[in-house]
Amino acid sequence: MRYLRLLAVQFRASLQTSMQYRVEFLVQGAMAFFWMAWAVVPLLVVFGKRDSVAGWGFDQALVVLGWFLAMKGVLEGAVNPSLASVVEHIRKGTLDLVLLKPADAQFLVSTAKFAPWHVVDVAAGLGVVAWAFSRMGRWPSPAEVGAAGLLTVSAIAVLYSLWILVVSAAFFVVKVDNLSFLFLSIFDAARWPVSVFTGFWRVVFTVVVPLALMTTFPAEALLGRIRPGAVALAVAGSLAFIASARVVWLRAIARYTSASS
Amino acid sequence: MRRTLRAAPTLLRVGLAEAVAYRAEFLVWLLSTNMPLVMLALWSAVARDGPVGRFTQADFTAYFLAALVVRLMTGAWVVWEMNFEIRQGTLAFRLLRPVHPLVAYAAENVAAMPVRLAISLPVALVALWILGGEHVTHDPLLLALFPVSIFSAWLITYLAMAAVGCLAFWFESATSLFDVWLGLFGIFSGYLVPLELYPRWVNEASYFLPFRYMLAFPVELVTGGLTRAQALAQLGAQWAFVLLLLATAAGMWRLGTRRFAAYGG
Repeated sequence: MRYLRLLAVQFRASLQTSMQYRVEFLVQGAMAFFWMAWAVVPLLVVFGKRDSVAGWGFDQALVVLGWFLAMKGVLEGAVNPSLASVVEHIRKGTLDLVLLKPADAQFLVSTAKFAPWHVVDVAAGLGVVAWAFSRMGRWPSPAEVGAAGLLTVSAIAVLYSLWILVVSAAFFVVKVDNLSFLFLSIFDAARWPVSVFTGFWRVVFTVVVPLALMTTFPAEALLGRIRPGAVALAVAGSLAFIASARVVWLRAIARYTSASS
Repeated sequence: MRRTLRAAPTLLRVGLAEAVAYRAEFLVWLLSTNMPLVMLALWSAVARDGPVGRFTQADFTAYFLAALVVRLMTGAWVVWEMNFEIRQGTLAFRLLRPVHPLVAYAAENVAAMPVRLAISLPVALVALWILGGEHVTHDPLLLALFPVSIFSAWLITYLAMAAVGCLAFWFESATSLFDVWLGLFGIFSGYLVPLELYPRWVNEASYFLPFRYMLAFPVELVTGGLTRAQALAQLGAQWAFVLLLLATAAGMWRLGTRRFAAYGG
């Protein structure tokens, strides 16, 4: 309860900060449309040459793409800004000020900063999904939407845990801003259904960096082609991810020595 | 000019030492250039049951591995560096030195090239080993032009970044403008999709934009997609863009530094 109130306070602070930059909202909106068009072009070229690739038609692949755009909005709006500020804290030694506060440090650092304007990206992504379904002429049932929602929650949890792992690395090697860049470049592959990849990439994208969970599985749930077993497995996997991220974070914070003094 | 030439060896040595000192970070930067491999996997899946246009799976492999080599060799980061230094005011230190800052930045980037070569040479060798020689041009003139075209591609990349970086003298968000440039690059350079596979008008338009000469031209040159006449014509166009961007970057730098004021420091 106390943490919910804290969350509300932190969120309000971010909202007030970003209200000062209203032009940013327009820029963000324009950029969202630009990136949406940009993302659809390769898809159009691929499906201009073939009717289906690895069992995915244009409309189905469009659902995956829309989900990717929405998840990217979540990543850049809710996860990325906070964790980027932790890295800054560690480098400057000001993390002390956070650790001294009477609340869980992981909670404080992960809610420190939001970029609310990225809501536009999420809306644009969901718009693409809606467009794909209206092209198909069928809409997902409530149960399918529920399964997709459940998978999305686990996907966000995994995304967040991966970020916590990257940030924990900052306690050991200090400079991790390029690790986050590497992560973003890998995340970019999530715009394609995972089944187009084979061999090495398939293993990486399903197990090491579970991109499959983030876009392909929710899209399959919406399309009604996912097995219930896979949903259960995904949820269990994401719980394991969160738990291990928590353990690694506690280990890392124990090693923290202030850099300021 | 003479002063700059005299300083060049030292600048290069410092740049190389930096690239070697921060080798872990440098490697991570290079690893984040993985888009050609992802696109290769995707296009191989598309071409599994038959060629797309004139591209078979082997052609796609040759194309995207060459694209990877070109991207690894032509990387630059000056736009972020300039943005940071203009914001923080540390650009003042550079302005005090007797070497033009744009030259100093360029030297840092050029000095990292041996390290880049050490990474991209294995990629090229793996490509040759997988594909055999038939996907590489046999024309000695074109092979000799390949390094030239890569270096010019780097010049375009660097100068465009410097020009956009200069916008930080006027605007808050020069880097988000650079994102737009990157987006256009993704489409018009043949980075995601070989330009031939686009609708005809995109391919035609790409001849009049700088992006093709940053990636697709060297790639098509080495994979044997161009005749001598075509290659020389595109090399001419490439150099026209180099000169145009050189004039733009130098001009904007001149205008921008007039407005520049550093506080503190």
